[in-house]
Amino acid sequence: MRTRVYRRWVRLVFSVLPTVVVFTLWDVYAINQGHWSFDANLTTGIILPGQVPLDEVLFFIAIPICAILTLEAVRSATGLPAGDEVGDSQLDPPS
Amino acid sequence: MTYTALALLGVLLAAILDMLILRTRLLTRRVFWISYAIILFFQLVSNAVLTGFRIVRYSGDFILGSSTPTNQAPPFLGDGRIAFAPFEDLLFGFALVLLTLALWVAWGRAGVQRSPAAGPPRLGPRRSSDS
Repeated sequence: MRTRVYRRWVRLVFSVLPTVVVFTLWDVYAINQGHWSFDANLTTGIILPGQVPLDEVLFFIAIPICAILTLEAVRSATGLPAGDEVGDSQLDPPS
Repeated sequence: MTYTALALLGVLLAAILDMLILRTRLLTRRVFWISYAIILFFQLVSNAVLTGFRIVRYSGDFILGSSTPTNQAPPFLGDGRIAFAPFEDLLFGFALVLLTLALWVAWGRAGVQRSPAAGPPRLGPRRSSDS
């Protein structure tokens, strides 16, 4: 689909990292409140500080990347704008 | 706070970020909703695997419905569940996706790696900044 997302890895990191932080904090709260729990035999068994399984952090990295790849693939296939297009007159005023 | 309340709060905060703070307004764009529809399908599949095989278990105390004891498999649909997982997961996922995509578009609008844009290859000779 030529999404060229990995070519834009700085922007990718800046977009995924805040999501990882926010949702890992939510995860820490939920795990310690008992909202949800994990099967010890069906996860890696590696538990990070805050009782968060490593699997969860990997999930919070993978899913945002999937979301961005999907958005860029849809944009590539449909040509629909997302508001950050090169040549957008509001973003790139003609000089 | 219950998962139900937190999930609603998460969606609200993500929407405020998108509409008012970053002003990316993805909630008003077709490209966002088409992308979300695709993501939602795959979320339901992954949720069914993760919750159906009970890799992740949810306490019934913090979600709507879900009267099944935690040592038994929840219903596929009903009792607060969609594809085995609490319906709250859909709000959680929506907030996660909207937050990430609003950030992605906001960085692009701010000029951080707006190119190379998605799409077919540029015609003409390649420069080192392309591909």
